[in-house]
Amino acid sequence: MNLLTGNDLASGDVVWWNGKGWSRQIGDAADVGDRGAIILAAEEAARRVNASYEIEADTSGLPLHIKDRVRAAGPTVRADLSVNPSIQIVKG
Amino acid sequence: MPNLRYRQDSESVAPLATFAEFTGDTNATAVRIEPGDDARALLPHLGQLSLVEVTFPAFRDGRGYSAARILREAGYAGELRAAGDVLVDQVPLMRRCGFDAFAPNVPLDQAVVDASLARYDFVYQAAADSAVPVWKLRHG
Amino acid sequence: MYKYDTFDQSIVDARVEEFRDQVKRRLAGEITEDQFKPLRLMNGLYLQLHAYMLRVAVPYGTMDSRQMHMLAHIARKYDRGYGHFTTRQNIQYNWIKLDECPDLLAELAGVEMHAIQTSGNCIRNISSDQWAGASADEVADPRPWAELLRQWSSFHPEFSYLPRKFKIAVIASDEDRAAMRLHDIGIQLIKQDGVLGGRVFVGGGMGRTPMIAPEINPFVRAEDLLSYIEACLRVYNRYGRRDNIYKARIKILVHEIGADSYRAQVAEEFAHVKTLGIDPPMAEFDRISAFFAPPAFEADAVDSVDRSDPDFAVWLDQNVKPHKQAGYAIVNIALKPIGGIPGDASADQIDVMADLAKDYSFDELRVTHAQNIVLPHVRKADLHSVWQKLNDAALADANLDLVTDIIACPGLDYCSLANARSIPVAQKIAERFADLERQRDIGELKLKISGCINACGHHHAGHIGILGVDKKGVENYQLTFGGSGAEDVSIGKIIGPGFDEDGVVDAVEKAIEKYREVRTEGERFLDTYRRVGADPFKEAIYA
Repeated sequence: MNLLTGNDLASGDVVWWNGKGWSRQIGDAADVGDRGAIILAAEEAARRVNASYEIEADTSGLPLHIKDRVRAAGPTVRADLSVNPSIQIVKG
Repeated sequence: MPNLRYRQDSESVAPLATFAEFTGDTNATAVRIEPGDDARALLPHLGQLSLVEVTFPAFRDGRGYSAARILREAGYAGELRAAGDVLVDQVPLMRRCGFDAFAPNVPLDQAVVDASLARYDFVYQAAADSAVPVWKLRHG
Repeated sequence: MYKYDTFDQSIVDARVEEFRDQVKRRLAGEITEDQFKPLRLMNGLYLQLHAYMLRVAVPYGTMDSRQMHMLAHIARKYDRGYGHFTTRQNIQYNWIKLDECPDLLAELAGVEMHAIQTSGNCIRNISSDQWAGASADEVADPRPWAELLRQWSSFHPEFSYLPRKFKIAVIASDEDRAAMRLHDIGIQLIKQDGVLGGRVFVGGGMGRTPMIAPEINPFVRAEDLLSYIEACLRVYNRYGRRDNIYKARIKILVHEIGADSYRAQVAEEFAHVKTLGIDPPMAEFDRISAFFAPPAFEADAVDSVDRSDPDFAVWLDQNVKPHKQAGYAIVNIALKPIGGIPGDASADQIDVMADLAKDYSFDELRVTHAQNIVLPHVRKADLHSVWQKLNDAALADANLDLVTDIIACPGLDYCSLANARSIPVAQKIAERFADLERQRDIGELKLKISGCINACGHHHAGHIGILGVDKKGVENYQLTFGGSGAEDVSIGKIIGPGFDEDGVVDAVEKAIEKYREVRTEGERFLDTYRRVGADPFKEAIYA
């Protein structure tokens, strides 16, 4: 599936497109199919997101690229600051 | 045409020669130089020039800052115009390098430019403008 | 140390207001992210993997306690209670909010600090020897030169849009503790016929094309310094490559045209620039130098230390270095606890170090390029008290320059450029070699880890270097041996195929055991590697 991610402009927080707005949790992320570019253009223009981009995820919603898995989880060396410690960083 | 001009004399209406045309021995009084052109090649002809336009195809390409200083350091007193991808936050640096006219792709807001030019009361280094570096202020 | 006058303060205050205005324009949508990015970068604000990251400048790594306390305050108020000391002697915060950044910078300006030019294609923080003013082997204190360069380079109108970033280091001893020749410009102060001058090296660097800077000028006098460096930069600004970001550093220019040709161009430019009057009078140099006058050392300070506490003695032997003043010592605080994050310190730890500086080190601290902290002027009589207080704050690891004193970039845990994580590898290696006796038996070993080819973790300069790469979506680690950032500078060589995370830890251990097997008396890992070559290590690792 295709997910949209970026950072909140003012806070810098990692955010995920949930179909209506931007969530801090990747678990809320919605599959945008082929509408990614259109949504991002509108959201960037309205400054509701910054540095946004589209990623591919597997059927469970886990990003295919490790960088996006780390973004979804938080720094793996600071469990105390993790957004989502259950994200599997290294695919077994 | 410049969007901002910091000169009292009237604007040159002469057509801009390219660097190649100019160095190929013309009698042009206005020339446009690109980032890769050697500003020093103009030095023997400064007396005949009343306008040098330095282009900034991309704001990240800072070669034009050196070109401007080289021309001013050699005594060029005509209009020195920065043209192209010139952004408001670059204008103070460009002024210090000797530019006195600006022809940005996207016109600049005069009020924002004024605020930005007025922001710093002091500078650390001597450049091509009349600002006095702080070391000189410290030691008179 | 240097104190701002009203001019310095006015300039830094103006910068805060300028950035406040830029942030306001960005938040209001008057400028796009493309336009804002170079503006925020020029003020040290990145957008990293999880959040904005702010890099705060610590000029030539020198701070007082008030400034260090401010860093702790910022960690608490604007970040998540910690900061990360960097290889360029700066500190960076990982969780800064854009809309709060102007207020943060205003607080920093209140203690004569800023984030000016800590990123962007401009002249970055001037780095120097962390033992400046304390070490017996320096010909002069390098910091006045660094401060002169700091002022000259701040908002330099001609050199704010260089082809690429530009790093300058100044040292003043034959022993190089600042990786001087791996900088775009490295300056070593020397005395010639009693006159102080700088040996200037240009075109060093790490990154994807590591190079050792060749000497471009054997002796530049103090009164010519700024003109000469200006000439070096002008040649680079005009002729450095701009067609390919990976070939834009000055090292590529110097390499492509050759050191002789570059030297000749600089000489020609210098002859012209010198006529422009850009060098301040020696009175300004003297004014700056006066700030770095030695502190009021006690002439009769006790020159011996009670070593009866064995744990203290180990720390003393490993982390405390000789001072030029009898009765004093240089205390090195390794921010490398076993299993910790190299270079990280909590706000509470930062406060502890600030207090120790205030109480025991003439109110001075240094940040080192190895991501450690130094208390430069501690009375020997106070060493035990200092050690106890460090110990209480978990800051007394006695592993300076040992295999667990690892330089590591933030890697894929924080950095949007990284291809692999660095910190977990550093942690696993540290845990593998946690036994201090074993570490001390291995001796000096500089292990450096980068999470991508940009080499922020200095892997090229590691006796053992580790480079994280992306191998078909999986983190993979290459090993390099034989690098050095010191006076015996060299670039490490890749030893063979890469490893996964656990594999690289095993390979490091095998290589170190091979070293222990074949070393001769007094040889460091690096010396043995240079003597016997790569083959014995390859056999040990890949057998």
